[in-house]
Amino acid sequence: MIDWWFLLEKTILIAGIIGLSFFIAMYTTYAERKVAAWLQDRRGPNRAGPFGIFQPLADGGKLFFKEEIIPLASNRFLFVLGPALAMITALITSSVIPWAAPFTTKGGTQIPMQVADVNMGILLVFSFVSVGVYGIMIGGWASNNKFSLMAAVRGASQMVSYELPMGMSLIAVLMMTGSLQMSTIVSYQAEHGWNIWYQPLGFLIFFICALAECNRTPFDLPEAENELNFGYHQEYSSMKLGFYLFAEYINMFISSAIMATLFFGGYDIPFVKEELWGLSPFWLTVISFGVFMAKISFFLFVFLWIRWTIPRFRYDQLMNLGWKKLIPLALINMVITAAVILYFKK
Amino acid sequence: MQLTNRAKQVDRKPMTFLESIYLWNIMKGMGITISHLFKKKATINYPEQTRSFSKVFRGLHVLNRDAEGRENCTACGLCAVACPAEAITMEGAERLPGEEHLYREEKYAAKYEINMLRCIFCGLCEEACPKDAIYLSQTFAPANYGRKGFIYKKEELLIPHPVNEPEAYKKALGEKVNN
Repeated sequence: MIDWWFLLEKTILIAGIIGLSFFIAMYTTYAERKVAAWLQDRRGPNRAGPFGIFQPLADGGKLFFKEEIIPLASNRFLFVLGPALAMITALITSSVIPWAAPFTTKGGTQIPMQVADVNMGILLVFSFVSVGVYGIMIGGWASNNKFSLMAAVRGASQMVSYELPMGMSLIAVLMMTGSLQMSTIVSYQAEHGWNIWYQPLGFLIFFICALAECNRTPFDLPEAENELNFGYHQEYSSMKLGFYLFAEYINMFISSAIMATLFFGGYDIPFVKEELWGLSPFWLTVISFGVFMAKISFFLFVFLWIRWTIPRFRYDQLMNLGWKKLIPLALINMVITAAVILYFKK
Repeated sequence: MQLTNRAKQVDRKPMTFLESIYLWNIMKGMGITISHLFKKKATINYPEQTRSFSKVFRGLHVLNRDAEGRENCTACGLCAVACPAEAITMEGAERLPGEEHLYREEKYAAKYEINMLRCIFCGLCEEACPKDAIYLSQTFAPANYGRKGFIYKKEELLIPHPVNEPEAYKKALGEKVNN
Protein backbone atom coordinates (compact mmCIF):
# COMPACT_ATOMS: atom_id res chain seq x y z
CA MET A 1 0.00 0.00 0.00
CA ILE A 2 1.46 3.29 -1.05
CA ASP A 3 1.26 6.10 1.45
CA TRP A 4 -0.26 8.76 -0.80
CA TRP A 5 0.13 11.54 1.74
CA PHE A 6 3.81 10.78 2.06
CA LEU A 7 4.18 10.84 -1.73
CA LEU A 8 2.31 14.13 -2.00
CA GLU A 9 4.31 15.69 0.83
CA LYS A 10 7.62 14.73 -0.75
CA THR A 11 6.54 15.80 -4.24
CA ILE A 12 5.59 19.24 -2.97
CA LEU A 13 8.84 19.49 -1.05
CA ILE A 14 10.96 18.45 -4.06
CA ALA A 15 9.14 20.85 -6.38
CA GLY A 16 9.53 23.61 -3.82
CA ILE A 17 13.23 23.03 -3.32
CA ILE A 18 13.99 22.82 -7.04
CA GLY A 19 11.95 25.95 -7.66
CA LEU A 20 13.77 27.67 -4.82
CA SER A 21 17.16 26.58 -6.16
CA PHE A 22 16.36 28.02 -9.57
CA PHE A 23 14.99 31.20 -8.08
CA ILE A 24 18.02 31.72 -5.85
CA ALA A 25 20.41 30.86 -8.68
CA MET A 26 18.64 33.41 -10.89
CA TYR A 27 18.97 36.12 -8.34
CA THR A 28 22.54 35.16 -7.51
CA THR A 29 23.44 36.10 -11.08
CA TYR A 30 21.78 39.44 -10.43
CA ALA A 31 23.51 39.77 -7.08
CA GLU A 32 26.81 38.88 -8.70
CA ARG A 33 26.50 41.71 -11.17
CA LYS A 34 25.32 44.15 -8.52
CA VAL A 35 28.02 43.23 -6.00
CA ALA A 36 30.68 43.31 -8.71
CA ALA A 37 29.50 46.77 -9.66
CA TRP A 38 29.41 48.05 -6.10
CA LEU A 39 32.85 46.73 -5.27
CA GLN A 40 34.14 48.48 -8.38
CA ASP A 41 32.36 51.79 -7.65
CA ARG A 42 29.77 51.21 -10.35
CA ARG A 43 25.98 50.92 -10.14
CA GLY A 44 25.31 47.63 -11.89
CA PRO A 45 22.28 46.70 -13.97
CA ASN A 46 19.43 49.11 -13.19
CA ARG A 47 17.41 49.33 -16.40
CA ALA A 48 15.13 46.27 -16.38
CA GLY A 49 12.48 47.06 -13.80
CA PRO A 50 13.07 48.93 -10.52
CA PHE A 51 16.74 48.52 -9.51
CA GLY A 52 17.07 46.14 -12.45
CA ILE A 53 15.36 43.26 -10.64
CA PHE A 54 14.09 41.79 -13.92
CA GLN A 55 17.62 41.56 -15.27
CA PRO A 56 17.89 37.77 -14.69
CA LEU A 57 14.68 37.28 -16.71
CA ALA A 58 16.13 39.34 -19.52
CA ASP A 59 19.38 37.37 -19.37
CA GLY A 60 17.53 34.06 -19.37
CA GLY A 61 15.34 35.16 -22.26
CA LYS A 62 18.40 36.16 -24.21
CA LEU A 63 19.98 32.74 -23.67
CA PHE A 64 16.79 31.01 -24.84
CA PHE A 65 16.65 32.97 -28.08
CA LYS A 66 20.30 32.51 -28.98
CA GLU A 67 21.16 30.24 -31.86
CA GLU A 68 21.99 26.74 -30.74
CA ILE A 69 25.22 25.52 -32.24
CA ILE A 70 26.53 21.98 -31.95
CA PRO A 71 29.99 21.69 -33.53
CA LEU A 72 30.19 19.22 -36.40
CA ALA A 73 33.20 17.43 -34.94
CA SER A 74 31.62 17.01 -31.54
CA ASN A 75 30.03 13.95 -30.06
CA ARG A 76 26.39 14.95 -30.13
CA PHE A 77 25.14 12.68 -27.39
CA LEU A 78 27.85 13.56 -24.90
CA PHE A 79 27.67 17.21 -25.90
CA VAL A 80 24.06 17.35 -24.72
CA LEU A 81 24.66 15.06 -21.76
CA GLY A 82 27.38 17.33 -20.28
CA PRO A 83 25.24 20.30 -19.22
CA ALA A 84 22.36 18.03 -18.25
CA LEU A 85 24.62 16.07 -15.93
CA ALA A 86 26.05 19.26 -14.43
CA MET A 87 22.54 20.48 -13.70
CA ILE A 88 21.23 17.19 -12.32
CA THR A 89 24.11 16.66 -9.91
CA ALA A 90 23.85 20.24 -8.76
CA LEU A 91 20.16 19.79 -7.95
CA ILE A 92 20.31 16.30 -6.43
CA THR A 93 22.54 17.37 -3.54
CA SER A 94 19.77 19.58 -2.22
CA SER A 95 17.71 16.51 -1.28
CA VAL A 96 19.46 15.74 2.01
CA ILE A 97 19.64 19.27 3.41
CA PRO A 98 17.20 20.03 6.23
CA TRP A 99 15.69 23.33 5.11
CA ALA A 100 13.72 24.21 8.23
CA ALA A 101 12.62 22.91 11.59
CA PRO A 102 10.22 19.97 11.20
CA PHE A 103 6.59 21.01 11.00
CA THR A 104 4.34 19.43 13.64
CA THR A 105 0.73 18.98 12.57
CA LYS A 106 -2.25 19.18 14.96
CA GLY A 107 -2.37 15.38 14.97
CA GLY A 108 1.17 15.34 16.36
CA THR A 109 2.91 13.90 13.31
CA GLN A 110 6.14 15.55 12.32
CA ILE A 111 6.74 16.51 8.72
CA PRO A 112 10.49 16.98 8.15
CA MET A 113 11.41 19.83 5.84
CA GLN A 114 13.90 17.59 4.13
CA VAL A 115 13.40 15.39 1.10
CA ALA A 116 15.39 12.42 2.36
CA ASP A 117 16.71 12.14 5.90
CA VAL A 118 19.09 9.32 5.06
CA ASN A 119 21.60 8.21 7.67
CA MET A 120 24.57 8.80 5.35
CA GLY A 121 23.40 12.26 4.24
CA ILE A 122 26.71 14.07 4.00
CA LEU A 123 28.30 11.10 2.25
CA LEU A 124 25.57 11.30 -0.37
CA VAL A 125 26.38 14.96 -0.93
CA PHE A 126 30.03 14.09 -1.43
CA SER A 127 29.33 11.32 -3.88
CA PHE A 128 27.13 13.55 -6.03
CA VAL A 129 29.59 16.40 -5.91
CA SER A 130 32.16 13.94 -7.26
CA VAL A 131 29.83 12.94 -10.06
CA GLY A 132 29.55 16.66 -10.85
CA VAL A 133 33.09 16.46 -12.26
CA TYR A 134 31.66 14.42 -15.13
CA GLY A 135 29.55 17.37 -16.24
CA ILE A 136 32.74 19.33 -16.85
CA MET A 137 34.76 16.37 -18.15
CA ILE A 138 32.13 15.23 -20.64
CA GLY A 139 31.39 18.76 -21.80
CA GLY A 140 35.07 19.50 -22.39
CA TRP A 141 35.73 16.18 -24.09
CA ALA A 142 32.65 16.18 -26.32
CA SER A 143 33.36 19.68 -27.66
CA ASN A 144 36.38 18.36 -29.53
CA ASN A 145 38.35 21.50 -28.81
CA LYS A 146 41.86 21.72 -27.39
CA PHE A 147 41.06 24.47 -24.93
CA SER A 148 37.91 22.78 -23.73
CA LEU A 149 39.74 19.52 -23.17
CA MET A 150 42.57 21.24 -21.34
CA ALA A 151 40.10 23.03 -19.11
CA ALA A 152 38.23 19.82 -18.46
CA VAL A 153 41.42 18.05 -17.43
CA ARG A 154 42.32 20.95 -15.17
CA GLY A 155 38.85 20.97 -13.68
CA ALA A 156 38.86 17.27 -13.00
CA SER A 157 42.26 17.25 -11.32
CA GLN A 158 41.36 20.33 -9.30
CA MET A 159 38.14 18.83 -8.04
CA VAL A 160 39.75 15.52 -7.19
CA SER A 161 42.56 17.21 -5.26
CA TYR A 162 40.26 19.47 -3.29
CA GLU A 163 37.79 16.76 -2.38
CA LEU A 164 40.48 15.21 -0.20
CA PRO A 165 41.09 18.05 2.28
CA MET A 166 37.35 18.78 2.18
CA GLY A 167 36.56 15.27 3.30
CA MET A 168 39.27 15.31 5.94
CA SER A 169 38.12 18.58 7.43
CA LEU A 170 34.68 17.08 7.55
CA ILE A 171 35.84 14.00 9.43
CA ALA A 172 36.67 16.21 12.42
CA VAL A 173 33.09 17.49 12.41
CA LEU A 174 31.70 13.99 12.10
CA MET A 175 33.83 12.82 15.01
CA MET A 176 32.22 15.47 17.18
CA THR A 177 28.63 14.91 16.11
CA GLY A 178 29.01 11.17 15.73
CA SER A 179 26.63 10.96 12.81
CA LEU A 180 26.51 11.41 9.06
CA GLN A 181 22.84 12.28 9.18
CA MET A 182 22.22 15.93 8.39
CA SER A 183 19.29 16.34 10.78
CA THR A 184 21.34 14.87 13.63
CA ILE A 185 24.22 17.20 12.88
CA VAL A 186 21.85 20.17 13.08
CA SER A 187 20.18 19.05 16.31
CA TYR A 188 23.60 18.35 17.84
CA GLN A 189 24.65 21.92 17.07
CA ALA A 190 21.41 23.33 18.48
CA GLU A 191 22.25 21.54 21.70
CA HIS A 192 26.03 21.95 22.02
CA GLY A 193 26.66 25.15 20.12
CA TRP A 194 27.68 25.61 16.52
CA ASN A 195 30.53 23.62 15.07
CA ILE A 196 32.31 26.78 13.91
CA TRP A 197 33.35 27.51 17.53
CA TYR A 198 35.02 24.11 17.83
CA GLN A 199 36.25 23.72 14.27
CA PRO A 200 37.36 27.12 12.94
CA LEU A 201 40.28 25.62 11.02
CA GLY A 202 38.09 22.84 9.72
CA PHE A 203 35.58 25.40 8.48
CA LEU A 204 38.28 27.44 6.78
CA ILE A 205 39.58 24.39 4.93
CA PHE A 206 36.06 23.33 4.05
CA PHE A 207 35.25 26.81 2.74
CA ILE A 208 38.36 27.00 0.58
CA CYS A 209 37.62 23.57 -0.83
CA ALA A 210 34.01 24.54 -1.45
CA LEU A 211 35.26 27.46 -3.55
CA ALA A 212 37.37 25.03 -5.54
CA GLU A 213 34.54 22.53 -5.92
CA CYS A 214 32.19 25.21 -7.25
CA ASN A 215 34.87 26.43 -9.68
CA ARG A 216 34.66 29.88 -8.21
CA THR A 217 37.44 32.43 -8.25
CA PRO A 218 40.25 32.13 -7.19
CA PHE A 219 39.93 28.52 -8.35
CA ASP A 220 38.03 29.06 -11.60
CA LEU A 221 40.74 27.46 -13.70
CA PRO A 222 38.33 25.26 -15.67
CA GLU A 223 36.63 28.42 -16.92
CA ALA A 224 39.66 30.68 -17.13
CA GLU A 225 38.13 33.33 -19.39
CA ASN A 226 41.39 34.87 -20.46
CA GLU A 227 43.74 31.89 -20.72
CA LEU A 228 41.49 29.09 -21.92
CA ASN A 229 38.82 31.18 -23.56
CA PHE A 230 35.98 30.11 -21.24
CA GLY A 231 37.34 26.61 -20.91
CA TYR A 232 35.02 23.65 -21.01
CA HIS A 233 31.96 25.57 -22.16
CA GLN A 234 33.69 27.40 -24.98
CA GLU A 235 31.78 25.55 -27.72
CA TYR A 236 28.44 25.79 -25.93
CA SER A 237 25.76 28.25 -26.87
CA SER A 238 22.17 29.09 -26.09
CA MET A 239 20.53 27.35 -23.14
CA LYS A 240 23.15 24.58 -22.93
CA LEU A 241 25.61 27.27 -21.94
CA GLY A 242 22.92 28.65 -19.68
CA PHE A 243 22.66 25.27 -17.97
CA TYR A 244 26.38 25.23 -17.24
CA LEU A 245 26.34 28.75 -15.86
CA PHE A 246 23.18 28.06 -13.91
CA ALA A 247 24.56 24.81 -12.48
CA GLU A 248 27.49 26.78 -11.13
CA TYR A 249 25.18 29.13 -9.25
CA ILE A 250 23.05 26.27 -7.96
CA ASN A 251 26.24 24.59 -6.77
CA MET A 252 27.15 27.78 -4.95
CA PHE A 253 23.73 27.88 -3.33
CA ILE A 254 23.86 24.24 -2.27
CA SER A 255 27.38 24.43 -0.92
CA SER A 256 26.44 27.54 1.05
CA ALA A 257 23.54 25.55 2.46
CA ILE A 258 25.85 22.68 3.36
CA MET A 259 28.33 24.99 5.05
CA ALA A 260 25.51 26.59 7.01
CA THR A 261 24.24 23.15 8.00
CA LEU A 262 27.57 21.66 8.99
CA PHE A 263 29.23 24.58 10.72
CA PHE A 264 26.62 27.26 11.44
CA GLY A 265 23.85 25.24 13.01
CA GLY A 266 21.62 24.87 9.97
CA TYR A 267 18.17 26.32 10.67
CA ASP A 268 18.99 26.81 14.36
CA ILE A 269 18.37 30.33 15.65
CA PRO A 270 21.35 31.33 17.77
CA PHE A 271 21.20 32.51 21.42
CA VAL A 272 17.49 31.81 21.92
CA LYS A 273 15.27 28.95 22.95
CA GLU A 274 12.52 29.19 20.35
CA GLU A 275 10.35 26.63 22.21
CA LEU A 276 9.75 29.25 24.90
CA TRP A 277 8.18 31.72 22.48
CA GLY A 278 4.94 29.79 22.36
CA LEU A 279 4.60 30.22 18.61
CA SER A 280 2.53 27.92 16.46
CA PRO A 281 4.56 25.17 14.75
CA PHE A 282 3.86 26.73 11.36
CA TRP A 283 5.54 29.99 12.31
CA LEU A 284 8.44 28.17 13.96
CA THR A 285 9.07 26.37 10.66
CA VAL A 286 8.82 29.60 8.68
CA ILE A 287 11.16 31.50 10.99
CA SER A 288 13.76 28.74 11.05
CA PHE A 289 13.62 28.62 7.27
CA GLY A 290 14.19 32.37 7.16
CA VAL A 291 17.18 32.06 9.48
CA PHE A 292 18.64 29.31 7.32
CA MET A 293 18.16 31.46 4.20
CA ALA A 294 19.88 34.39 5.91
CA LYS A 295 22.90 32.22 6.66
CA ILE A 296 22.97 30.98 3.06
CA SER A 297 22.72 34.50 1.69
CA PHE A 298 25.65 35.54 3.83
CA PHE A 299 27.78 32.75 2.38
CA LEU A 300 26.64 33.58 -1.13
CA PHE A 301 27.71 37.15 -0.54
CA VAL A 302 31.12 35.98 0.67
CA PHE A 303 31.43 33.88 -2.50
CA LEU A 304 30.78 36.95 -4.62
CA TRP A 305 32.95 39.16 -2.45
CA ILE A 306 35.89 36.79 -2.88
CA ARG A 307 35.32 36.55 -6.61
CA TRP A 308 35.67 40.29 -7.07
CA THR A 309 38.69 40.55 -4.79
CA ILE A 310 41.15 37.81 -5.63
CA PRO A 311 42.74 37.06 -8.99
CA ARG A 312 42.90 33.50 -10.27
CA PHE A 313 45.55 31.14 -8.94
CA ARG A 314 48.20 29.80 -11.23
CA TYR A 315 47.84 26.07 -11.83
CA ASP A 316 50.94 25.12 -9.81
CA GLN A 317 49.85 27.39 -6.96
CA LEU A 318 46.49 25.68 -6.97
CA MET A 319 48.03 22.24 -6.72
CA ASN A 320 50.56 23.37 -4.10
CA LEU A 321 47.83 24.86 -1.97
CA GLY A 322 45.71 21.76 -2.22
CA TRP A 323 48.27 19.05 -1.66
CA LYS A 324 51.02 20.71 0.36
CA LYS A 325 49.05 23.12 2.53
CA LEU A 326 45.43 22.13 2.95
CA ILE A 327 45.85 18.36 3.27
CA PRO A 328 48.50 18.59 6.05
CA LEU A 329 46.41 21.23 7.83
CA ALA A 330 43.30 19.09 7.57
CA LEU A 331 45.22 16.08 8.87
CA ILE A 332 46.55 18.05 11.85
CA ASN A 333 43.06 19.35 12.55
CA MET A 334 41.71 15.84 12.43
CA VAL A 335 44.35 14.43 14.78
CA ILE A 336 43.96 17.26 17.30
CA THR A 337 40.19 16.89 17.31
CA ALA A 338 40.50 13.15 17.83
CA ALA A 339 42.96 13.63 20.71
CA VAL A 340 40.76 16.22 22.43
CA ILE A 341 37.65 14.06 22.09
CA LEU A 342 39.53 11.09 23.46
CA TYR A 343 40.84 13.16 26.41
CA PHE A 344 37.39 14.39 27.41
CA LYS A 345 35.74 11.02 26.97
CA LYS A 346 38.04 9.46 29.61
CA MET B 1 74.58 56.84 -7.41
CA GLN B 2 71.47 57.23 -5.33
CA LEU B 3 69.13 60.01 -6.41
CA THR B 4 66.39 59.45 -3.86
CA ASN B 5 66.05 57.26 -0.84
CA ARG B 6 62.81 55.76 -2.10
CA ALA B 7 64.47 52.80 -3.83
CA LYS B 8 63.50 49.55 -2.15
CA GLN B 9 65.25 46.23 -2.37
CA VAL B 10 62.96 43.60 -3.85
CA ASP B 11 62.12 40.98 -1.26
CA ARG B 12 62.85 37.57 -2.75
CA LYS B 13 62.71 35.56 0.45
CA PRO B 14 60.77 32.31 0.08
CA MET B 15 57.33 32.55 1.63
CA THR B 16 56.76 31.18 5.10
CA PHE B 17 54.02 28.63 5.59
CA LEU B 18 51.54 31.21 6.84
CA GLU B 19 52.28 33.49 3.90
CA SER B 20 51.96 30.64 1.46
CA ILE B 21 48.35 29.94 2.38
CA TYR B 22 47.73 33.58 1.40
CA LEU B 23 45.12 34.07 4.11
CA TRP B 24 46.25 37.32 5.63
CA ASN B 25 46.81 38.99 2.28
CA ILE B 26 43.45 37.81 1.03
CA MET B 27 41.77 39.26 4.12
CA LYS B 28 43.52 42.57 3.52
CA GLY B 29 42.33 42.58 -0.09
CA MET B 30 38.80 41.79 0.94
CA GLY B 31 38.90 44.66 3.41
CA ILE B 32 39.78 47.00 0.57
CA THR B 33 37.00 45.77 -1.71
CA ILE B 34 34.34 45.90 1.00
CA SER B 35 35.26 49.49 1.75
CA HIS B 36 34.36 50.31 -1.86
CA LEU B 37 30.87 48.95 -1.28
CA PHE B 38 30.04 52.03 0.78
CA LYS B 39 31.71 54.62 -1.40
CA LYS B 40 29.76 57.13 -3.42
CA LYS B 41 29.33 55.97 -7.01
CA ALA B 42 30.78 58.20 -9.67
CA THR B 43 28.24 57.14 -12.29
CA ILE B 44 25.69 59.62 -13.65
CA ASN B 45 22.50 57.79 -14.73
CA TYR B 46 22.61 59.36 -18.16
CA PRO B 47 19.16 59.74 -19.64
CA GLU B 48 17.63 60.68 -16.28
CA GLN B 49 20.49 62.81 -15.05
CA THR B 50 22.81 64.82 -17.20
CA ARG B 51 26.25 66.13 -16.60
CA SER B 52 26.44 69.93 -16.48
CA PHE B 53 28.75 71.29 -19.12
CA SER B 54 31.13 74.15 -19.16
CA LYS B 55 29.82 77.34 -20.78
CA VAL B 56 32.27 76.89 -23.60
CA PHE B 57 31.30 73.28 -24.30
CA ARG B 58 31.28 72.48 -28.01
CA GLY B 59 28.32 70.27 -28.97
CA LEU B 60 26.18 70.07 -32.11
CA HIS B 61 26.01 73.08 -34.41
CA VAL B 62 23.21 75.59 -34.57
CA LEU B 63 22.55 78.04 -37.39
CA ASN B 64 21.59 81.31 -35.79
CA ARG B 65 18.82 83.80 -36.51
CA ASP B 66 18.67 87.42 -35.50
CA ALA B 67 16.12 88.87 -33.10
CA GLU B 68 13.45 89.12 -35.83
CA GLY B 69 13.96 85.55 -36.87
CA ARG B 70 15.95 86.14 -40.05
CA GLU B 71 18.75 83.75 -40.91
CA ASN B 72 22.18 85.21 -40.30
CA CYS B 73 24.08 83.01 -42.74
CA THR B 74 25.15 84.58 -46.04
CA ALA B 75 26.77 81.45 -47.46
CA CYS B 76 30.19 83.11 -47.61
CA GLY B 77 31.86 79.72 -47.16
CA LEU B 78 34.41 80.82 -44.56
CA CYS B 79 33.30 78.12 -42.16
CA ALA B 80 33.72 75.44 -44.83
CA VAL B 81 37.19 76.75 -45.57
CA ALA B 82 38.11 76.86 -41.91
CA CYS B 83 36.82 73.37 -41.23
CA PRO B 84 39.81 71.00 -40.79
CA ALA B 85 37.61 67.94 -41.23
CA GLU B 86 35.86 69.24 -44.36
CA ALA B 87 32.50 68.46 -42.86
CA ILE B 88 30.61 71.50 -44.13
CA THR B 89 28.99 71.86 -47.57
CA MET B 90 26.85 74.75 -48.71
CA GLU B 91 25.23 76.36 -51.72
CA GLY B 92 24.40 80.04 -51.83
CA ALA B 93 21.35 81.68 -53.38
CA GLU B 94 20.17 85.23 -53.96
CA ARG B 95 17.40 86.65 -51.85
CA LEU B 96 14.31 87.47 -53.95
CA PRO B 97 12.07 90.45 -53.31
CA GLY B 98 9.54 89.60 -50.64
CA GLU B 99 11.93 87.32 -48.74
CA GLU B 100 13.39 90.04 -46.55
CA HIS B 101 11.69 88.62 -43.48
CA LEU B 102 13.48 85.29 -44.04
CA TYR B 103 17.08 86.26 -44.72
CA ARG B 104 18.98 89.12 -43.23
CA GLU B 105 21.19 89.92 -46.24
CA GLU B 106 20.95 89.66 -50.01
CA LYS B 107 22.63 86.29 -50.18
CA TYR B 108 21.68 83.24 -48.15
CA ALA B 109 22.46 79.53 -47.88
CA ALA B 110 19.99 77.51 -49.95
CA LYS B 111 21.68 74.30 -48.85
CA TYR B 112 23.76 73.91 -45.72
CA GLU B 113 24.96 70.50 -44.57
CA ILE B 114 27.27 69.33 -41.82
CA ASN B 115 28.42 65.75 -41.70
CA MET B 116 28.44 65.02 -37.98
CA LEU B 117 30.51 61.88 -38.50
CA ARG B 118 33.32 63.96 -40.01
CA CYS B 119 33.01 66.87 -37.63
CA ILE B 120 35.58 66.96 -34.84
CA PHE B 121 33.77 69.68 -32.86
CA CYS B 122 36.79 71.97 -32.84
CA GLY B 123 34.72 75.13 -33.13
CA LEU B 124 36.80 76.71 -35.88
CA CYS B 125 33.64 77.32 -37.97
CA GLU B 126 32.27 79.36 -35.12
CA GLU B 127 35.46 81.42 -34.97
CA ALA B 128 35.57 81.90 -38.74
CA CYS B 129 31.99 83.12 -39.11
CA PRO B 130 31.85 86.91 -39.66
CA LYS B 131 28.06 87.01 -39.32
CA ASP B 132 27.72 85.16 -36.01
CA ALA B 133 25.60 82.67 -37.94
CA ILE B 134 26.97 79.37 -36.67
CA TYR B 135 27.84 78.31 -33.17
CA LEU B 136 28.31 75.09 -31.27
CA SER B 137 25.51 74.38 -28.80
CA GLN B 138 25.43 72.32 -25.63
CA THR B 139 23.42 69.49 -27.14
CA PHE B 140 25.48 66.47 -28.01
CA ALA B 141 25.16 62.70 -28.54
CA PRO B 142 23.73 62.59 -32.06
CA ALA B 143 22.15 59.17 -32.58
CA ASN B 144 20.86 57.61 -35.76
CA TYR B 145 20.32 54.27 -37.42
CA GLY B 146 22.09 55.09 -40.67
CA ARG B 147 25.04 57.09 -41.93
CA LYS B 148 22.78 59.34 -43.99
CA GLY B 149 21.06 60.50 -40.84
CA PHE B 150 24.29 62.01 -39.58
CA ILE B 151 24.44 64.48 -42.44
CA TYR B 152 22.50 67.30 -40.81
CA LYS B 153 20.49 69.45 -43.22
CA LYS B 154 19.78 73.13 -42.82
CA GLU B 155 16.35 72.42 -41.32
CA GLU B 156 17.93 70.38 -38.53
CA LEU B 157 20.61 72.94 -37.86
CA LEU B 158 18.50 76.10 -37.80
CA ILE B 159 17.59 77.49 -34.42
CA PRO B 160 13.80 77.76 -33.76
CA HIS B 161 12.18 81.07 -34.70
CA PRO B 162 12.62 83.55 -31.80
CA VAL B 163 9.27 85.27 -32.38
CA ASN B 164 7.07 82.31 -33.34
CA GLU B 165 8.58 79.75 -30.94
CA PRO B 166 10.26 81.78 -28.18
CA GLU B 167 10.50 78.91 -25.71
CA ALA B 168 12.14 76.47 -28.11
CA TYR B 169 14.46 79.28 -29.20
CA LYS B 170 15.54 79.95 -25.65
CA LYS B 171 16.13 76.28 -25.02
CA ALA B 172 18.22 75.90 -28.16
CA LEU B 173 20.23 78.97 -27.25
CA GLY B 174 21.29 77.32 -24.02
CA GLU B 175 23.70 78.99 -21.65
CA LYS B 176 26.18 79.96 -24.29
CA VAL B 177 28.22 83.03 -23.66
CA ASN B 178 28.43 85.78 -26.28
CA ASN B 179 25.16 85.04 -27.97
